[in-house]
Amino acid sequence: MDLNILWFILVCVLFIGFFFLEGFDYGVGMLTPFAGKTDGERRVVINSIGPFWDGNEVWLITAGGAVFAAFPHWYATLFSGFYLALFVILLALIARGVSFEFRSKVASPAWRKLWDWVICVSSFLPALLWGVAVSNFITGVPIDANMEYAGTFFTLLTPFTLLGGVVTFLLFLYHGAAFLSLKTGDEAILERVGRIGRISGAVLVPVTVAWVVFAFLTTGLKSSPVALAAVAVAAVALVLSVVLAWTKHWGVSFIASAVTIAFVTVTVFAAMFPNVMISSLNPEWSLTIYNASSSPYTLKIMTIVALCLVPIVLIYQIMNFVIFKKRVTQDKLEY
Amino acid sequence: MEILLARIQFAATSTYHFFFVPLTLGLVLLVAIIQTRYVQTGDEKFKKMTKFWGNLFLINFAMGVVTGIVQEFQFGMNWSGYSRYVGDIFGAPLAVEALLAFFIESTFIGIWVFGWERLGKKAHLTCIWLVAIASNLSAVWILIANSFMQNPVGYDIVNGRAQMIDFPALITNPHFLYQFPHVFSAGLCTGAFFIMGVSAWHLFKGSDIDFFKTSFKYGATAGFIAVILVVGIGHFQGQHLVQEQPMKMAAAEAHWETSDPADFVVFAGIDEKGRANSAEVKIPGLLSFMSYNSFTGEVKGLNDLQAEMEALHGPGNYTPPVAVNFWSFRVMVGAGLLMMLLALLALIFRGKIETKKGFLRVMPIALFLPYLANTGGWFLAEFGRQPWLVYNLQTLEEGVSTVVPASSIVISLVGLVLIYTLLMIADIYLLAAGARKSPELLDAPEGKEGSLWI
Repeated sequence: MDLNILWFILVCVLFIGFFFLEGFDYGVGMLTPFAGKTDGERRVVINSIGPFWDGNEVWLITAGGAVFAAFPHWYATLFSGFYLALFVILLALIARGVSFEFRSKVASPAWRKLWDWVICVSSFLPALLWGVAVSNFITGVPIDANMEYAGTFFTLLTPFTLLGGVVTFLLFLYHGAAFLSLKTGDEAILERVGRIGRISGAVLVPVTVAWVVFAFLTTGLKSSPVALAAVAVAAVALVLSVVLAWTKHWGVSFIASAVTIAFVTVTVFAAMFPNVMISSLNPEWSLTIYNASSSPYTLKIMTIVALCLVPIVLIYQIMNFVIFKKRVTQDKLEY
Repeated sequence: MEILLARIQFAATSTYHFFFVPLTLGLVLLVAIIQTRYVQTGDEKFKKMTKFWGNLFLINFAMGVVTGIVQEFQFGMNWSGYSRYVGDIFGAPLAVEALLAFFIESTFIGIWVFGWERLGKKAHLTCIWLVAIASNLSAVWILIANSFMQNPVGYDIVNGRAQMIDFPALITNPHFLYQFPHVFSAGLCTGAFFIMGVSAWHLFKGSDIDFFKTSFKYGATAGFIAVILVVGIGHFQGQHLVQEQPMKMAAAEAHWETSDPADFVVFAGIDEKGRANSAEVKIPGLLSFMSYNSFTGEVKGLNDLQAEMEALHGPGNYTPPVAVNFWSFRVMVGAGLLMMLLALLALIFRGKIETKKGFLRVMPIALFLPYLANTGGWFLAEFGRQPWLVYNLQTLEEGVSTVVPASSIVISLVGLVLIYTLLMIADIYLLAAGARKSPELLDAPEGKEGSLWI
């Protein structure tokens, strides 16, 4: 296996980490005003991701850095091409990143309600837009002979990509509800998120099926055995997760929804492979893991760095979840 | 038009970002030192100090983090030509920064904030030290990246793109070896003046004397060491830059004509079109001394350097904006020297600081001096690089994204400036509120808890 393939897999792994971890963060964020009716309850909701959300977000930063280092043309084409979409995601991440800290510092109902809605909306927007973005990855976008994006912001919005946005929105909402069902010890919250989780799960299944069928008919998904296998695993995991949610086995249900997210991500990456940006104008103009990549020397250096550091990151991030494994209640709160 | 907008956006977002970062870098170290004292002595006062300064650190930290996210993606958004040209080299330190520094920083900050009661004292202390080390490590890697733009090393041009051929050379770039200690000590200086400023405000009011007197002592000691380092290293860095980026230093001194010995221009009216100074106040021979530690020695002027650049790269304007560099440099150095004086006085007064009412009035204002110096310093570093994106390799025109229309940049520029300004106002409000609070009331948020909906 050459280093270009290894880095493609590594980027995929970083996106899996990001969608799995930030997925429930976004879900919890979107649920904040709905899962908690009082300030105390909302604090429980927010504190459930308190020790984790910052570390989770770094998976995105790292994925971005890895794309830049290993596939500079992918980085350049993607971020200059998806400019406004990325700008909206950035605005949301900025607002979201300060809202947890800011919210807790002033004890006024108006101030806190303001930040509750900032948390909700700034979690909703990226949850939706990431689905739009990855759907564009597999359909392809207009890219010219010079690797430059030749569309506009609205080129990115098609029925298929918008449906993809709805899928990730529902998936993250559902994933977040499952997380809260495991992590909070407050009956009222559990009752509400349980209901939202079951309903969003029930809606998620047909929407996802529609997206997959759409993808099968219109994209390169059908010609990739790996993508087909991955999408099958994702489908089974999703159905299993939702069934378990309805029978209130949240622990296994959460693991199954994590598996769903991981394998949906694998599906997208496998469907693109060996392209990293598919040109809808001319397949010859697509960016691939070879024509978009860094030099072998840089890839070698970065491989050494990544193989040394990624395992260590995993160890201490898992340790973090072990330290704060207890359910959160209103007794001891930081935010 | 696009290029101007993209430049304004980069300058604006970077300036906002670096408004918060130095305090993060410096204050976290001081919090870690104070918490170490707590673990060593078991004295509750140090625990309270850790919590008080830690709270302010966290409010500031959040802004540094979120403004940093934009920096990471902006290269691709607005400078895709640049990203393609140097991605082989520039992406690597950014990825290492995320893997090595950001992950540690953001994971352990979470554990530190939430772990006061879950972890043993020593394990909890380890968390803040990891955050302190990782924050400064992230500065290491971003400065390695920036140093390549200032002084490209360890590369080869292959098929019209810069390719990395020597990673060790990249991370031992002389530019970086001067720049990192300068930035590190500037951060420590910012943290120290922050602690001194806030403590002085409380001491002037006469509230919580013991608590803030001890805090002030830590600030004074750290501040004195840091300011000596930042000014001293800055001096040698300047001498290095005379060799490495003579154009930048000549612009910083508004030094138009080559001369030996070279005079130092204290103040000048600068005529950029006429390429000369319309009026100047000079100290004979001092520029030679600053450059070479000797009152003789030729210092090249902007006009000769421009001619040299034209001979190398063809016709064009290779002179950076002189007035911006000249005044940024003076703001940085002026603020630095003033801080040196204040830090010395702080060190002398520290034992009976609560009685020095006049000095206590000055220090809360002096809190802003590092901010002036930090901003001035980066203005010099980045404006002094113009018109190059990568010094001697790529110009701004070649680096800007060609597919992003001006309208998109206007939207993002206005949006970012708006949200940064709003959040900055909120952040400064929260910092001020937190700083004014008595350490005894630390656990209570602003406002009345009872007023919340249940």
